[in-house]
Amino acid sequence: MNPLARLLEAALFASARPIPLDELASLDPDASPAALQSALDELRETYDTAGHGVELVEVGGGWQILTRAEYTEAIERAQLAARPHRLSGASLETLAIIAYRQPIGRAEIEEIRGVAVGSVLKSLLERGLIDVVGRAEGIGRPLLYGTTPIFLEHFALRHLEELPRGDELAIALRSTTPTEPAPEAAPTS
Amino acid sequence: MDIDTLVEPALTGQLDFDAPVEPRRLEVASDVVTPFVIELSHFSGPLDLLLSLIRDEQVDIYDIPIARIAEQFLARIHVMQLDQAADYLEMAARLLRIKAQMLLPRNELDDAWEDPRAELVRRLLEYQQMREVVDVLERLGEERRGRFARAYVPQQIAPPTAPLALSLSELLAAIDRVLRVAREPIIHDVIARPLDVDGAIATVRAVLALRATACWRDVCPPTSQPWQVLSALLALLELARRGELRLAQLAPFASVLISRESSSQAA
Repeated sequence: MNPLARLLEAALFASARPIPLDELASLDPDASPAALQSALDELRETYDTAGHGVELVEVGGGWQILTRAEYTEAIERAQLAARPHRLSGASLETLAIIAYRQPIGRAEIEEIRGVAVGSVLKSLLERGLIDVVGRAEGIGRPLLYGTTPIFLEHFALRHLEELPRGDELAIALRSTTPTEPAPEAAPTS
Repeated sequence: MDIDTLVEPALTGQLDFDAPVEPRRLEVASDVVTPFVIELSHFSGPLDLLLSLIRDEQVDIYDIPIARIAEQFLARIHVMQLDQAADYLEMAARLLRIKAQMLLPRNELDDAWEDPRAELVRRLLEYQQMREVVDVLERLGEERRGRFARAYVPQQIAPPTAPLALSLSELLAAIDRVLRVAREPIIHDVIARPLDVDGAIATVRAVLALRATACWRDVCPPTSQPWQVLSALLALLELARRGELRLAQLAPFASVLISRESSSQAA
């Protein structure tokens, strides 16, 4: 490995959180962006081909060293590390709406979910998965919510565009959904 | 409180709430006398319940037999003892309103007629789409959960906060600024004045003894204090109630005519 790749490895090993590209660049002011990218590629290649227990992943606009999935059970059994808690169904539903419709206000989320989401929003805010990103125009200027880099980290996404687009889902987005039910649709029974 | 948890812990010993919801099991639940039990692990809201009904009945989402679905929705929330939960009640009310709108006669040629179910269908589709996204997120989250990052988090060493640089003259200047802006408080003295309705009644009677009709100004001169105005008003109303006089106003905002009731002319 070239010296830059080794430097990056050391920095990524020392950090518990993903390191954004610009922070990696500040490790060596002389390195060009192209050299940085090829060093990252070399490091990832080394982990993938030389048989390492860890891998280099790009997540939430940064880079991070993670253990490989096949060792999770053994590590957990030995109680060396604990898996993060799973999100509840209510939290996931709310998060899904925010991820696709951000910036979005509470009333609109509640309209889609059909239930009150006050406490769910609070817990998502506390976990840092969402944040207040502004205020809407209109009566009361309600708070608008959006997802955070921690959201991307939690789902190992590089950026929001990695989520399936609305028209890739089996049910089309609101804008493409016919507002009138198709009158010619024949009942199935 | 996490809404996924059961409100009534006493029931957990008798019922397995993770088991698939079967009608028979739910009847057992309704037999148990409890004030209010919420079981939300199966349905995450009224839209979810509605979608599952539509799936179970195998009906077309664009052509929902609203009467049948509304009836089953009500039966289901009753059995699940959700008929006190506001979100479910709101949906039940919405279904019944759509059912009523569907019963109204309509002109087949009327192009402007909008299917009352359209809004509900839109919401159901939107909800269904969101559930699909949830499946994607769940899978991604599960994949990420299976890999560990470095657990060492370096302690943030906060630099000691700089001592405050404050001088007495700054404090005095601040006080001066505040006092300059603050105005003298306006203090009202409130004096309790009891109304003198009896006195006013006597006045009105005296006026009406001289003349058959009078107007407001005769019983309440322009210089009257508020308490006197109120007393005169109450006196007029009281005497009108007793039938001693009659009040009439010929036009809006016209002055009120006070006339002696003919039966009490003996006075």
